[in-house]
Parts: sequence; C-alpha cells; structure tokens
Amino acid sequence: MSKKTSMVKTALIGLAVGLVNGIFGSGGGTILVPCLVFLMDIEDHKAHATAISIILPLSIISSIIYFRYDVVDPALTLKVAVGSVMGALVGSCILNKFSVNALRKIFGIFMIIAAVRMVF
Amino acid sequence: MLTIIIGFASGIISGMGIGGGTLLIPALVFTVGVKQQIAQSINLIVFIPSAIAALFVHTKKHNIEKGLLLKLAITGCAGAVIGSLLAVNLDSNLLKKFFGAFLLIMGVYEITSKSKNKKTNSGKEDCK
Repeated sequence: MSKKTSMVKTALIGLAVGLVNGIFGSGGGTILVPCLVFLMDIEDHKAHATAISIILPLSIISSIIYFRYDVVDPALTLKVAVGSVMGALVGSCILNKFSVNALRKIFGIFMIIAAVRMVF
Repeated sequence: MLTIIIGFASGIISGMGIGGGTLLIPALVFTVGVKQQIAQSINLIVFIPSAIAALFVHTKKHNIEKGLLLKLAITGCAGAVIGSLLAVNLDSNLLKKFFGAFLLIMGVYEITSKSKNKKTNSGKEDCK
C-alpha cells in the first residue's frame, strides 16, 4: 500500500470514529479497535490501549460541546460515574473468569433488543 | 440508587472491554427516562476519568502507538466537533432512532465477530 493511500485511510478512519463518537456519544472505541486490528495490523492489546488514547481527546471535545449546549445532567452523571468506576474495577478483575466471547454474544442480543425498542 | 447500579453494571462490561457505553445509553433512556442527548453526554463524561486511569497503566506498559495516535486524533477531532454539533441540534426522538439503528449494527457485529481477543491481559494483572 502506498504512503498516500495509507494517509487517506488513516484520515478517514479518524474522521469516522470522531463523527460516530460525537453523534452517538459512544461507540468510537468499538469501531476503532477492529479498524486498528484488521486494517492497520496493530496487535490486539496495543489496539485497545491506542483506541482509548484516541477516544479520550475526542470525548473531551464532545463533552465540551454537549456542555455548551446545556445537554448535561451533572448530578446524574456523578451517580453513574461512581457506579461505573467501581464496576470497571470489578470487570477488569473478573475478566479472566468468563469467556469474553460468550459474553459478547449475550450483550449483542441485549443490544439488538434495545435497538428495536429505540427505533419503534 | 438505580442510576448507581446501572453505572456499576456498565462499568463491569466496560472493564471487560466489551463497550459498556453502547448499553449504558439505552439503559438510562429506558429506566431513568432521560433524553437521548443527556444519556449520551453522561456516557461521554463518565468515560473521561476511567480512560485517564487506564492510560496511566497502558503508558507504563508502552502499549500506545503514539505516531498513530496523533494521525488519527487530528481528523478524529474534526469528526468529533461535527458529530457533537449534529447530536445537540437533532430532535431527540430522531436521534434516538438513529442511535437504535447504530445499536442494531453494533449488536449484530458483537454476535457475528470472531474477535482476535484471545486472552490479552494488558493492564489486568494489577488486580489481586
């Protein structure tokens, strides 16, 4: 692959990830990790870490814009944050006790159910 | 209390690296009844401290491809501005439908993808 196409590819991936993460407030990482792994040949664990480092500034920018347009709820956000931090610690510790692949499928089903309810 | 439990559940999923945000948002919309945009802003903001914590660990382990980070972040920031401006200006019911469509694609992807994820324990060894 020439240098030019690779630059265009990188630029487009970045743009798409930023757009999705901004418009849906989530999902940037979910898209970016497979892009890094399958399109850019980054090792899996590095792809995860690199994705977080890219999504962080994007989420900060998006948060600022949401904040400026007053679509924030600080009290609710704080509660979710408290729960989330505790959950993340538990999640990363029990990671190896479950088959992540099986869990992915279970959550996939939840996502589809939620999706149908949101659209209709 | 319900909100904390929802946060806790989504934190567990995120901590396992399965993208808890995509489930946190519908959970907030359905159970707490917040507007779509508010649910999204909660997810965006909550991600920030946990990402910073995770990056501390990853930087020490040199897991971040810094060159790639810069290249992707430039157009990524432009995308973030456009996407966020769209989100805050769209009608929340319409945005909810768009989000639903996106969630459907993500759900199908989660079910069908054979992840390369064998056990990658980066940053996970720290738990006792």
